[in-house]
Amino acid sequence: MNLYARRKFINAFNLTASVLTTFFGLFFLVWILWELFAKGFAGLDWSLFVEDTPGPGSEGGGLRNAIVGSLLITLTGIFIGAPIGILSGIYLSEYGRGTWLAATVRFVSDILLSAPSIVIGVFVYGIMVAPLGGFSGLSGAVALAIIALPVILRTTEDMMLLVPDTMREAAAALGAPRWKVILSVVLRAARNGVLTGVLLAVARIAGETAPLLFTALNNQFFSLDMTKPMANLPVTIFNFAMGPYENWHDLAWAGSLLITLVVLGLNIVTRAFLRGKKH
Amino acid sequence: MPHSHILKAFDRDLAELDAKIMRMGELAEEELKGALKALRKRDPEKAETVIVKDRQVDSLEQNIEDDTVRIIIRHQPLADDLRQVIGAMKTAGELERIGDLAKNIARRVITLASEKPPKPLKKGLKRMGKQVIAQLHDVLEAYATRDAQKAVEVWRRDEEIDEAYNALFRELLTYMMEDPRTIGLCTHLLFGARNLERIGDHVTNIAENVYYMVTGDKLDASRPKSDATANILPRLDDEDDEDDEDDF
Amino acid sequence: MTENRDKQAETADAAAPAADDARAAAETAKEETANLPAERQGPKPKLDIRNLNFYYGTHQALKNINLKIPEKQVMAFIGPSGCGKSTLLRTFNRIYSLYPNQRAEGEIWMDGQNILGKDVDVNLLRAKVGMVFQKPAPFPMSVFDNIAFGIRLYERLPKAELEERVEQALRRAALWDEVKDKLHKSGAALSGGQQQRLCIARAIAVKPEVILLDEPTSALDPISTARIEELVMELSEDYTIVIVTHNMQQAARISDRTAFMYLGEIIEEGETDQIFTAPREEKTQAYITGRFG
Repeated sequence: MNLYARRKFINAFNLTASVLTTFFGLFFLVWILWELFAKGFAGLDWSLFVEDTPGPGSEGGGLRNAIVGSLLITLTGIFIGAPIGILSGIYLSEYGRGTWLAATVRFVSDILLSAPSIVIGVFVYGIMVAPLGGFSGLSGAVALAIIALPVILRTTEDMMLLVPDTMREAAAALGAPRWKVILSVVLRAARNGVLTGVLLAVARIAGETAPLLFTALNNQFFSLDMTKPMANLPVTIFNFAMGPYENWHDLAWAGSLLITLVVLGLNIVTRAFLRGKKH
Repeated sequence: MPHSHILKAFDRDLAELDAKIMRMGELAEEELKGALKALRKRDPEKAETVIVKDRQVDSLEQNIEDDTVRIIIRHQPLADDLRQVIGAMKTAGELERIGDLAKNIARRVITLASEKPPKPLKKGLKRMGKQVIAQLHDVLEAYATRDAQKAVEVWRRDEEIDEAYNALFRELLTYMMEDPRTIGLCTHLLFGARNLERIGDHVTNIAENVYYMVTGDKLDASRPKSDATANILPRLDDEDDEDDEDDF
Repeated sequence: MTENRDKQAETADAAAPAADDARAAAETAKEETANLPAERQGPKPKLDIRNLNFYYGTHQALKNINLKIPEKQVMAFIGPSGCGKSTLLRTFNRIYSLYPNQRAEGEIWMDGQNILGKDVDVNLLRAKVGMVFQKPAPFPMSVFDNIAFGIRLYERLPKAELEERVEQALRRAALWDEVKDKLHKSGAALSGGQQQRLCIARAIAVKPEVILLDEPTSALDPISTARIEELVMELSEDYTIVIVTHNMQQAARISDRTAFMYLGEIIEEGETDQIFTAPREEKTQAYITGRFG
């Protein structure tokens, strides 16, 4: 076999292998989505949004309290996590370059990024739930904030670093003080990227279950009180899926589909955002 | 030259330019030698070959001019390269004038073929011719070796040619006054001598070019130009000598 | 000349703790200049660099630079990559100080003040010494705001006046006619050449005295380059301009004086015509004729 034919064979072999494995992976993805749509779509109706979660044995019901709870916890989590994440990201990319502190922060944040979320749930249980004597929506938000933090921090840092130094120099060369350079020029140039990071973080925490089990717990009733246990979609899905009632199963499927659609939507919005940024 | 150019084509182009100048210098030198020999031997045929050779010199000058323009376009020479190119172009011009002047001498040979100049005159003319040939030879050598010192020497020695010309001028005047029948011949010889003197001036211009090419400085233009003939009666109208009044 | 420099350095050092040492040094500088014989003063230097050394960490990038940059002329720095020409330029507005491991030693005098002095407000210095970079870097904002950014830093102007200043700067940079209809479009939407002129307009909008140009045309096509060059020559009537360029023909075209740098040193500095027809140093000669190596 000459060299050229050999090369062609290797190419064909690798191409076939990679296409096959791609289809293997896609197969499961499609399967999951298919199941979700098939089973969840039936439950997607108006009552889902206006009725609260049904008690054991009662008929019908919706997910209103869980949806609102999830929204509240997630948004509060982002409101806590985003400013800290963005500011630390700015520190890493602008002030802390080359310092050991920045290197440490980056390292710890990377560990946090890959830490199992249940660990964070247990941690927040330890510092908030136990001392304060009860589960609460707020502690759930804090747990989610801790999960969102490294995502936002690293995307902010990366996006700020993508802004060329010449831009910083150009602003500084006009006599702009450092904070002005960072806020008016660098952050502005990285704005879309940073927002993308925040949206990705929202998508990431929207479906988290484990940390909420230890913090927000759940609540069968509608509640806006962040200091009390709070209903939320992931834990509700968890409970209902394990439960013995048919209508619970249906609601779990519908809730799963709902979360998936939200995450999907966020990802699409993010992509549109990033594309729009180019020009 | 300390190093060769990174772009080798530049070196090649400059070397070619140099070779062409050398070739042109050789031709001009042969032309001058031929013209003087023809004059000495009163040999119209030899003179004819000189006139033909001048065409070669003229076309070489054209060729060199084209080359310099091409080098400027392609390489945009700077510093000593720039001076080489400018020097070559100017030198080609000077050599072309030298060729023309040699051709003029040759033309006179054809006219004078039947006349016989007095011996002492021939001697003076021969000596002056030899001086001019030596000057031309030396300046070409200075050019080839980029020898500024030698160029300065040539430049200084032009004075001797001027002196020889003055002496010859006086001599010719004397002959003409003694025997008006020689006026025709002597006038031709006078112009011949004048042509030689002009060649000497072009040689000094080349020497100045060489000096500039090598050092980047200009030779001081205050070289004593001792064409004293302007003050000798009967007065000739040639106040300045840099212009194109060579072709008479 | 050197004795003078030393004396001045001493004076500056001695006065350093005093609050008004800059002014004191300024007085000394004036006196010293006045004491010089007239023929040694030459054109008034805008920047006077004395015994400047520069370090990137432990690597020394500039070695004992002494140079006077005359006022309202164009000074060009040429030399191979890494010879320190950009580094030298970057000391004039202390932009290097954005990076913690970069350090300059020595003195650079401008208008009687050592701009490398500790008490110098670098932001005010940079408002006086503008800079344009190799890659045009328009800020992520509209054309108008790009220009107004620098003006707003130091001046509170009513809207009409601000608009006038912006227009002035754009006209000065020969860009007004091309952008007057898209003042509120993003600066990034302009062409490369226009962006670079925008950056020049931005620099002159804050009314600096010195403009530093760091290879301003190396990313531009010949026509845009010619526009910038024309602009530079025009601006040299009012500003002191220092330009770093890899393009020797460009230096020859637009500068009054040229300095050739090699391995962190100034090998030769002089009238541009002299440098490009008959350089004194063999290294200069070898570099500008393309015989290096």
